[in-house]
Amino acid sequence: MDHLILKVTSKLLFAPIILFALYVQFHGDYGPGGGFQAGVIFAVAFILHAFCFGLDETKKALPQKALTVAMVIGFLLYSGTGLVTMLRGANLFGYDALFPASTHHAGQHYGILVVELGVGVTVASTMLTIFYHFTGREPDIDQEDW
Amino acid sequence: MSIASQLPVLPIIMPIMAAPVTLLLPKGRAPHLWACLFTWLTFAACIALFREVDMSGPISYHLGDWAPPIGIEYRIDLANALVLLLVSGIAALVMPFAYRSVQLEVDERQTPLFYGAMLICMTGLLGVTITGDAFNVFVFLEISSLSTYALIAMGARRDRRALTAAFNYLVMGTIGATFFVIGLGLLYQATGTLNMADLSKQLIGQDNRMVQAGFAFILVGMGLKLAMFPMHLWLPNAYTYAPSAVTAFIAATATKVAVYVIIRFFFSVFNFDFAFIGAAFTYVLLPLGLLGMFGASFVALFQEDVKRMLAYSSVAQIGYMLLGLSFATVEGLTASLVHIFNHALMKGALFMAVACVVLRAGSHSIHAFAGLSKRMPVTTWAFIISGLSLIGVPLTVGFISKWYLLNAAFAAGHWYAGFLIVASSLIALAYVGRVAEVMLLREPAEEGKYAMAKEEAPLSMLIPMWILVLANIYFGVRTDLTGDIATRAAEALMMAAGGAP
Repeated sequence: MDHLILKVTSKLLFAPIILFALYVQFHGDYGPGGGFQAGVIFAVAFILHAFCFGLDETKKALPQKALTVAMVIGFLLYSGTGLVTMLRGANLFGYDALFPASTHHAGQHYGILVVELGVGVTVASTMLTIFYHFTGREPDIDQEDW
Repeated sequence: MSIASQLPVLPIIMPIMAAPVTLLLPKGRAPHLWACLFTWLTFAACIALFREVDMSGPISYHLGDWAPPIGIEYRIDLANALVLLLVSGIAALVMPFAYRSVQLEVDERQTPLFYGAMLICMTGLLGVTITGDAFNVFVFLEISSLSTYALIAMGARRDRRALTAAFNYLVMGTIGATFFVIGLGLLYQATGTLNMADLSKQLIGQDNRMVQAGFAFILVGMGLKLAMFPMHLWLPNAYTYAPSAVTAFIAATATKVAVYVIIRFFFSVFNFDFAFIGAAFTYVLLPLGLLGMFGASFVALFQEDVKRMLAYSSVAQIGYMLLGLSFATVEGLTASLVHIFNHALMKGALFMAVACVVLRAGSHSIHAFAGLSKRMPVTTWAFIISGLSLIGVPLTVGFISKWYLLNAAFAAGHWYAGFLIVASSLIALAYVGRVAEVMLLREPAEEGKYAMAKEEAPLSMLIPMWILVLANIYFGVRTDLTGDIATRAAEALMMAAGGAP
């Protein structure tokens, strides 16, 4: 586990990966990308960290508790956008109701932006939760446990 | 926001937003109360929706204000309003029922996940039912299936075999869902649309290999999901090893929703001009329905485990539903819809009774039922009454189902099917009678594994169970309620399919 070159390189790569994830996230409206891809890239940064520094170090930086909360918040961001459009008198996910005065459908733009952000947060935290559970699993199941 | 205009989306958005919040609640009581609250709100919304549809006809709701066929449409007519009412109603009863049973059978650390998964499962089933968009059916089907796999696996605390049962179901269910979506892909290729109403318009006059293959894929895919006779192998283990409350919920709802999807696709997407559909009715659904009625009932006779026996009986009962719709007449379709509703009432009550026995005796083997009438008389009689309903004794809903089915069989000219229905009811009498004999006449075990104190199940379980048992009798006497609605729903479906009214 104590591999200096890997540690230094992964530290160097960590921030650009996160930055790229954010680029894919917020550029998703105009080009390829969006919440799913961005969420996975975001999670990959932490998975790389876990590979090079060990799972315990990563769990100190990003504990499972925080991931659970992030999963819920991401989902509520998505569905909450739908709820806001409903409260503003449109149907569920009728984004135009967010900026009814806009002449160029600004509501559609901001609505999908928030929804994609919700997707991104949920995908990233779910990816990491799955990773934590697989890598943190007890390696052998005792015969008695079956 | 006006509640009335947003009503169609409330049964979906309320439980699905509530589900993830359970993860943040403290373990134990809180997630349960939260889940109860939202299933009841959903049930209330479904009742309101049903009244609305009943009075003023089908409702169409456009998600994101995009008009169909481009946007996703929720379309509620009488047929799916009935299924919505059923799914949310069973959920509203199972959820309060679940608490004590889950306390015993599921790891306490998993309770927030458990109730979250229950809410998601319910949302998925409601979504499959409510939507008028074919691809949306697939999405919601996966939502409900994935949460069901997790729920079944949670039975692993009592019996590790729940894990293999869940995995088996995962593989079979995924194959089913894949076939279904391949079928949709072929239809999309042929028509360029996914909206059901539009699909049905575009499919008129199309009778080529691609549409036929799409139809076959959809039939086999849904056949796996609803446990059509030779494809039912995942079902007995899944029902047996799942936590008891989960079994009560999915046995009463999941396969019924899959049958509804078959009905919806056969009658509202494909139409009777499509020659292939007639062949599917006569050469696939009719024989498989009959085989299921007998094969599965016969296997049920020899089960040592009451839960597994009821699971096989479920496969047999699905045979009745398929038989009804295979006649392709209004009467047959009515019988099918009535039986979807009635079977949910009886199987829900039966599995709830088993859950009560598991709570006190710690087992669902038939030996645990010995002398049960002396130890848990209230549960015993709930089991016996709903068992009579399963056989089809007059004054219960089972009789109504069989009556409609017999009527339909004779009206369609399949007189032999009528006799077979009666014959398979006799097998049901044998396997229910076997359990009844053990409960009423045997002496309870004084010592050993199955010995237990004389103690009735708690009220939180008895009340929901008896509500269902009484519903078995109520709807067996007031036949005009379900029969009338199912007839009107069947007529509307038949009209859309272009068949003879």
